[in-house]
Amino acid sequence: MKHLLSTRDLSAASALRLLDVAEEMSAVGEREIKKLPALRGRTVVNLFFEDSTRTRISFEAAAKRLSADVINFAVKGSSVSKGESLKDTAQTLEAMSADAVVIRHPASGAPARLAASDWIDAAVINAGDGTHEHPTQALLDAFTLRRHWARIGGTPSAGTTLAGMKVLIVGDVLHSRVARSNVWLLTTLGAEVLLAGPPTLLPVGIGSWPCTVFYDLDEAIAQRPDAVMMLRLQAERMNAAFFPSTREYSRRWGFDDGRLALLDIMGLDDTVIMHPGPMNRGLEISAAADSPRSTILAQVRNGVSVRMAALYLLLSGDPHDDEPRDDETHSLPHDLPIPEGRTTR
Amino acid sequence: MTMPAPESGITKRVVLAAADMDRALTRIAHEILEANKGSADLILLGIPRRGFPLAQRLARKIAAVDDAVDPDLITGQLDVTMYRDDLRRNPTRSPQATQLPPSGIDDKVVVLVDDVLYSGRTIRAALDALADLGRPRIVRLAVLVDRGHRELPIRADHVGKNLPTSSRERVRVHLGEIDGLDGVAADEVVIEDRA
Amino acid sequence: MTDTTQHATSTEYLIRHASILGKTSADLLLRDGRIAAVGDTAAAQASPSAVTIDATGLVALPGMVDLHTHLREPGREDAETVETGSRAAALGGFTAIHAMANSSPVADTAGVVEQVHSLGLASGWVDVRPVGAVTVGLGGERLAELGAMAESRATVRVFSDDGVCVHDPVLMRRALEYVKAFDGVIAQHAQEPRLTEGAQMNEGDVSAVLGLTGWPAVAEESIVARDVLLAQHVGSRLHVCHVSTAGSVEIIRWAKARGVDVTAEVTPHHLLLTDELVRSYDPVYKVNPPLRTADDVQALREALADGTIDVVGTDHAPHPSEHKDCEWAQAAMGMTGLETALSVVQHAMVETGLLDWEGFARVTSVIPARIGRLHDQGRELVAGEPAHLILVDPAARWTVDPAAMATKGRNSPFRGLELPGSVRATFYAGHATVLDGALATPRQVAPAREAAAWTR
Repeated sequence: MKHLLSTRDLSAASALRLLDVAEEMSAVGEREIKKLPALRGRTVVNLFFEDSTRTRISFEAAAKRLSADVINFAVKGSSVSKGESLKDTAQTLEAMSADAVVIRHPASGAPARLAASDWIDAAVINAGDGTHEHPTQALLDAFTLRRHWARIGGTPSAGTTLAGMKVLIVGDVLHSRVARSNVWLLTTLGAEVLLAGPPTLLPVGIGSWPCTVFYDLDEAIAQRPDAVMMLRLQAERMNAAFFPSTREYSRRWGFDDGRLALLDIMGLDDTVIMHPGPMNRGLEISAAADSPRSTILAQVRNGVSVRMAALYLLLSGDPHDDEPRDDETHSLPHDLPIPEGRTTR
Repeated sequence: MTMPAPESGITKRVVLAAADMDRALTRIAHEILEANKGSADLILLGIPRRGFPLAQRLARKIAAVDDAVDPDLITGQLDVTMYRDDLRRNPTRSPQATQLPPSGIDDKVVVLVDDVLYSGRTIRAALDALADLGRPRIVRLAVLVDRGHRELPIRADHVGKNLPTSSRERVRVHLGEIDGLDGVAADEVVIEDRA
Repeated sequence: MTDTTQHATSTEYLIRHASILGKTSADLLLRDGRIAAVGDTAAAQASPSAVTIDATGLVALPGMVDLHTHLREPGREDAETVETGSRAAALGGFTAIHAMANSSPVADTAGVVEQVHSLGLASGWVDVRPVGAVTVGLGGERLAELGAMAESRATVRVFSDDGVCVHDPVLMRRALEYVKAFDGVIAQHAQEPRLTEGAQMNEGDVSAVLGLTGWPAVAEESIVARDVLLAQHVGSRLHVCHVSTAGSVEIIRWAKARGVDVTAEVTPHHLLLTDELVRSYDPVYKVNPPLRTADDVQALREALADGTIDVVGTDHAPHPSEHKDCEWAQAAMGMTGLETALSVVQHAMVETGLLDWEGFARVTSVIPARIGRLHDQGRELVAGEPAHLILVDPAARWTVDPAAMATKGRNSPFRGLELPGSVRATFYAGHATVLDGALATPRQVAPAREAAAWTR
């Protein structure tokens, strides 16, 4: 594994390995001395084109616990503003000998572009790109879910998959990188994924996703999910006529007290409530955030372990070699629909 | 387990059979008790993967001599992956779990247990890893095989067998707990050489 | 209209054993800008100084006519100039190209179209026909001086706001009506603006995965449907640029069956590439309208074969590298196409058996010339006609290398692809602009005639 760009092209073996390593990293987090020397002398750049203090400090803590040097590079303004280009920034980081670039960018595909270009040789970790993917968020969600699933099943977390688990993701799937990354990763790990949201916030083309789609949240809850993941409703969607009003959204797709009580009535004692944060309390989530079912703080905690695992796996080994079973490729096919006998480069 | 079919061009010879190995471990167990003047404060930390079952075996042998000892309470595993100095030279290694006995290691006598002592770099990493976990009173080293070729000023306190080897050869330790198949013990030490 | 057959150079060419439109093998004699003879008598009529070209195994075709080229001059000479773009055109087998109006300043006045026209004449590689803007500054608010452009020395007949859609239905109606006065045509860039705000790629399975804002097929189809109905209502001539969806094909087929005077165009890239390529996030695949699905590609090929789509237009859109060396969302839309058009169409249409070479000539030369009212282009290869023709080696295979192209644009989506067919020679009014597959010389026109041209 040279880059971590999306969960869609992550094999089950690679995903499980990352989660297993994260378990060991998590154990380190409980020690008095929380630092490991594995990435001593390596430089990790947090390249943030979008403000996200939470994600940045999580990556920063992860890199520092592995003894890497961390440089925070915040690029002001949006990418569309005519400032320094991604290319120039990347070449600057290359000149500074960055070993890994953790990139958060408002444009979908910016990390993939960085990884595929010859602008920089560093490992690229996608820390959220536009409305595309946020793989480490999905990995920490999967890590959290797996611990929960293993605890219910009475098995150790390491090596456990999510087979048999039913996860319901609710809200603005159209604009959610968290939803996309979770759909691919959770299904790869064996979970069944249900999606619920207003039809205007579900993408055209969702029919080809490995999920069941509901327009009615209560109908989705009736499927007895083991976890309900509430997506954040971005402020800019609220005024863009995707739905009539926040009141109506909250009533139909918010996880309110009534729906929290419904879980009890249905006897779904082990169903957890997740949220990637930051929350819009009273809109997509209410008291459920503070209930014992909430995994929201565990998600934050697990974020550091998962990001340590990602940094360790990308940076520790010989970059030109890898364990034979970890042979997944991140390059995308460039095959053109052309008849036989033609070759592409 | 039977010997895997020899790959072409590789010769193998058994240097320790199951009974030899067991005798060597028994002797080490006695040496440890003798050096420590008993079992007080004794902790055996195996280095994954094969150091851990060896530590368990040693603990059982110690318990057989001293029935005040509960082998599970003096045995642990110490993963050194994150402390290695050769991470960049090899394919990415997945770290293993570190599990300390409930008593911890502070002010204890920690015996590191590994299967083969070679360059000494693993033990160097183990000492660093140990320092991040606590402060033992004494650290000793027990290995099943010392094959020479040290690259660091490290030596073992307890050695099952000294094996002169050429650096071209590979020493493979097979243990029933890890390499066993269908309950058939696989205990043996083999030297492989590319002919 | 400029008569490009005047002031022809004096070199005489005797082309031996060319397969005319891929059929009978014959000799052609080119003299004084015209085809002097075809067949057995050609050799006998050739003068001793005639240059003989052995065209055994080569197909003779009428010079290709592009209805849709972006030359970027004036305004973005770093991206392309009339000179570099028309060199690329000659190498690609074109003898006439239509320069789209979205230059800077916009080609919305007689002055700008005459400038582009005179730059084309000065270059001398192909006939450069300016397209006039439909609305002032492509603003979509009021009509540009269409009549002045039509009457200028550039004799504009094709009007387009290409790059943006004439989306106001009243304005579109007026434009369609107005150009009837001088036999003009409105070439519509069919894109409903509200449905495509922030659009980045075809809306469908791939956009859902990539998280890129979708450009739905319906945004094109709704405008095509409206425009064919408008054209029918006012009895005007409509040309639909770069049709990209199976749905548009159906609407155009329906309109033609009802007798609407509509013509349609497809680009080479929409005949070959699909939105699957966007998975790489490489902006070289970013284009407007976007690459669609394999089903759309199939429908477009069939439509071009059965005449529902009339012509191939390249939509050659060169961009400087910094406009593509960036993240997808920030990248410019467009692909180069002049130097790959013949090969891509041969690959997608001829080698699949959907078109023969005569059909190829129809969609790349005969009908485009008719739509653009270029009376001396796209003619039959018979004695007496203007000598705009090309020699193509259909058996050749070459690998696309954007760095080796004559266009300034390096944004070819076909880079690294092995394609069939190579233009060995291009004759522009009897003058060889391309020989042996390489640029020869531009055709010089008498300076006295053009000195008065409006210049910079």
